[in-house]
Amino acid sequence: MAELIQILISGLAAGSIYALAAVGFTLLWQASQTINFAQGEFVMLPGFFVLIGMALGLPMWPAVLFALVLSLLVLGAAFKKLIVEPMLPHGTLPLVIATIALGLLMKESVKEFYGATAQPFPAVFPQTVYNVAGASVSAQDIGNLIVSMLAIGGLQLFLNRTRTGRCMQASAQNPGVAEILGVDVKRMVLYTFLINAALATIASVLISPIYLAKFSNGETLGLVAFIAAIVGGFNQIRGALVGGLLVGVIDNLSAVYVSAEYRQAMPLLLLIAIILLRPQGLLGTKEGRAV
Amino acid sequence: MLKHLIGTAAATLALTALPAMAELKIGSIVELSGPGAAAGTNFRDGVKMGFEEINAAGGVLGEPVAITEYDSQTDPQVSRAMVQKAIDDGVVAITGTVFSSSTVVNMLVARQAGIPQFTGSEAPSITSMNNPYIFRTAFGSQKGIPKLTKYMAEEMGVKTVAVVWANTEFGKGGHTAFLDEAERLGFEIVADIPTEQAQTDFSADVVKLKGIQADAVFVYLTEEESARFLREVRKQGVQMPLVGDTTLTGHKVIELAGEAANGALGHVGLTPDANIPAMTAMVDRFKGQFGYTPDHNAIKGYVAAHAIKCVAELAGKADSQAIADRMHGLTLKAADCPGVLMDTSWDDSGEMSRESFFVEVQDGKQVVKAILPAN
Amino acid sequence: MTPTRIILVALGIAALVAAPLGQGNYIVYTLTSWLLFSIAAMGLNLTLGYAGQVSLAQAAFMGIGAYVTALMTLAGLPWIAAALVSVAASFVVGLLLGYPALRVQHHFLAFVTLAFNILLFLVLRNEEEVTGGSFGLVGMPRPSVLGISTDSNLNFYYFALACFLFAAFVMWWILRSPWGRAFKALRENPIRAESLGLKIRRQTLLAFAIGSAFGGLAGALMPPLVQFIEPGSFALIHSLKLLLMVVVGGAGFFFGPMLGAALVILLPELLRFTEGYYLIIYALLVIVLMVFSPNGLIGLGQKIWLGFRPKQEERRDMKKGFQL
Repeated sequence: MAELIQILISGLAAGSIYALAAVGFTLLWQASQTINFAQGEFVMLPGFFVLIGMALGLPMWPAVLFALVLSLLVLGAAFKKLIVEPMLPHGTLPLVIATIALGLLMKESVKEFYGATAQPFPAVFPQTVYNVAGASVSAQDIGNLIVSMLAIGGLQLFLNRTRTGRCMQASAQNPGVAEILGVDVKRMVLYTFLINAALATIASVLISPIYLAKFSNGETLGLVAFIAAIVGGFNQIRGALVGGLLVGVIDNLSAVYVSAEYRQAMPLLLLIAIILLRPQGLLGTKEGRAV
Repeated sequence: MLKHLIGTAAATLALTALPAMAELKIGSIVELSGPGAAAGTNFRDGVKMGFEEINAAGGVLGEPVAITEYDSQTDPQVSRAMVQKAIDDGVVAITGTVFSSSTVVNMLVARQAGIPQFTGSEAPSITSMNNPYIFRTAFGSQKGIPKLTKYMAEEMGVKTVAVVWANTEFGKGGHTAFLDEAERLGFEIVADIPTEQAQTDFSADVVKLKGIQADAVFVYLTEEESARFLREVRKQGVQMPLVGDTTLTGHKVIELAGEAANGALGHVGLTPDANIPAMTAMVDRFKGQFGYTPDHNAIKGYVAAHAIKCVAELAGKADSQAIADRMHGLTLKAADCPGVLMDTSWDDSGEMSRESFFVEVQDGKQVVKAILPAN
Repeated sequence: MTPTRIILVALGIAALVAAPLGQGNYIVYTLTSWLLFSIAAMGLNLTLGYAGQVSLAQAAFMGIGAYVTALMTLAGLPWIAAALVSVAASFVVGLLLGYPALRVQHHFLAFVTLAFNILLFLVLRNEEEVTGGSFGLVGMPRPSVLGISTDSNLNFYYFALACFLFAAFVMWWILRSPWGRAFKALRENPIRAESLGLKIRRQTLLAFAIGSAFGGLAGALMPPLVQFIEPGSFALIHSLKLLLMVVVGGAGFFFGPMLGAALVILLPELLRFTEGYYLIIYALLVIVLMVFSPNGLIGLGQKIWLGFRPKQEERRDMKKGFQL
């Protein structure tokens, strides 16, 4: 029993971070039909911004703020202005290719200019470990779970309860009509990209103490976020949350009870099953698009 | 970066403008991109530093050494192309690669051309192919692991073990060698836990350890994974002694895992922490030049450079065949060839041996518990 | 084909025959690698550029081809038999994978193939008794043709060239058959094509399966070329690399994949002077190219060409409507 609790809690803690990355993924998809193959690298990079800030002499939290600002500028505004915007009229494929290249660019740049080996990263939460019914639960696990939930919940509230949020949703669902109704669609899309950058920064600060800062961290993370987004439903924020948590738990469960060698296979089999049986995702809604 | 580019361009111009100088060409074929990039970069820098020192001291037999770097991209198909290119470029010897998949391919090609190759790979198969042109810079896991298991059986009284290993060609080599030895010594394997490359979440693996009882856990993971694993072990409060080979007690792991590394035991051959003055000095110079702490791969590369120099001088000529012939059955003493850092011998298959250490991490430092003789 | 085109193609083939003469082993080997990746990219181009479907498993199909061929030739069977089985196996797997995926929704083939690529890697790595696991398979023989051994790199180049020309001819034949022309109709206007009685789904499925079979053929050439294969060579990242090749060269153009493959394979060489930075520069170039010419290098060339001849109207079939 303690074993199962341990697996579930660890799985949820890991899954909450996948969820953060996956939410950003679905946001970009909704706002601009961008499938961001660089999403993993988006989560890898802000951690290095923090390290750079600290190397410049900033204490931990100001360095996080510094990283947030840099991320908003680079991963939010510049990404949207320089890459996504000029390419949108060309359809999704060139953009997919460009994000693959962008991921490569970010990874290789960190490797060349910062270093190829992993770096220690300051912990956000105290290193206390609690005993919950025989399972070891760290303050870090709980903290990660709570911060992710708050971030995603806050985002959901913002989108549903504020005027700006509803305008963003309208722009995502039907840009043409939104434009006619006087919504500044371009601005709304920009907000989406900024939110994605902010979520990536939060995710990065949460995972880097566990993952350790390394240029290649985005490889697996991007893939897991992608799987989580599809499983949960590509067009719903809460879908990404459920998808992320589910993937985290399944990964841990299958490593213990099914096969450690095939642990990566279980989320993928789930993905295939979802696509065949419920293509809109667990919590997703059907999209009108035929092609 | 622009400065770098201009510098490179200027250097290229300067080289082409000068009449061809007599120089010794070495091909440094390593993983500079792809999954092997961290290991490959270390190895490359080690080779670079080694030959820069050699050149500063007058070169090999009076000739300066020119290193050409080739990126294998951690892809055997590309690696094979790079070996061919190095050979077409007229190299005398090849250093690298670190990943054994590339090394296995490179060996086939280098052998046909008769070019000696100084590899950083530790996979057992490499020296069992009767290839007279392959030489190791660190002993193969079939050679290192028995030292460790012998210590575990004799000094620690181990009867039952759990094995945690990386399911990659690196981890697989150590895993196979360990299971062979465990069978020979009659260890009972109570758990066999494979993990993924670049795995970040070790909670499930440690949960499995928690459910068993063993005298020791053998951990064969690369540096970063070792650090994450050690932290998870500390978190879940697993009490069994953890024993590793080379990586688990390495400097990088201690830096990354912090106090969770305390208590880890391990066998180390070439590591920055081996407490040998020549090695410590080399590590300091390396840090000064490249701005990071070298791992065992960097030291392998450094040793490769110096071994090539000393052997060429012993053979009296910097010729591929002469180097390969002289290497077999050779012992280089650190007193005569300080760059190899420790007395080192190569046998007829290219396998090497030297002393190594059994250490424990205490208060964030390695403490040598025993010196294990060369075998 | 117009006479000028026939002459151009003949010149091209002559250039390919003459290319490796007098070159070192490295150039010959690299040219062979290029032929091999061109075959795989050509297949992906059928799926992507003509049928408008994104496959993220072309490397996996190369893997199927490579492992089938390696195991069969190591067991002493002739290469040609192994290659035929490889191509057939890739085709069948393509059908099995594509059928359910395309049944659901258009862009889901990308997701299913992505999952398939990772699953195949896991199987290749874990099922050691058959595949050799992480250590891979080593020592595959090179075939002999009419008693001539292809052990020398030059002979093997000509062997690969023959396979490449065969593949290119088959592709050309497919595209100009009525069946292949249907693709162009499909790409131009799927709704009209359907109203004219084209079965979009069946057509797309076959394109994907045939494209995958080309991957199988390319894979079949890999064991004799490298004489070593391991699961890592067929990981997802290599599928992305192939996708880049096709799009950078110019998806939907016959010569696009060959150009793209040449760029990816020769690039480290061309950018050698930048030392470690070549991947950074490559990535930047791809992004810039996609921003300015989403139709890849051939599209860019065409743009420039049309810039000199402004009166000619742009061909409709060069416009593509990709949807992921």
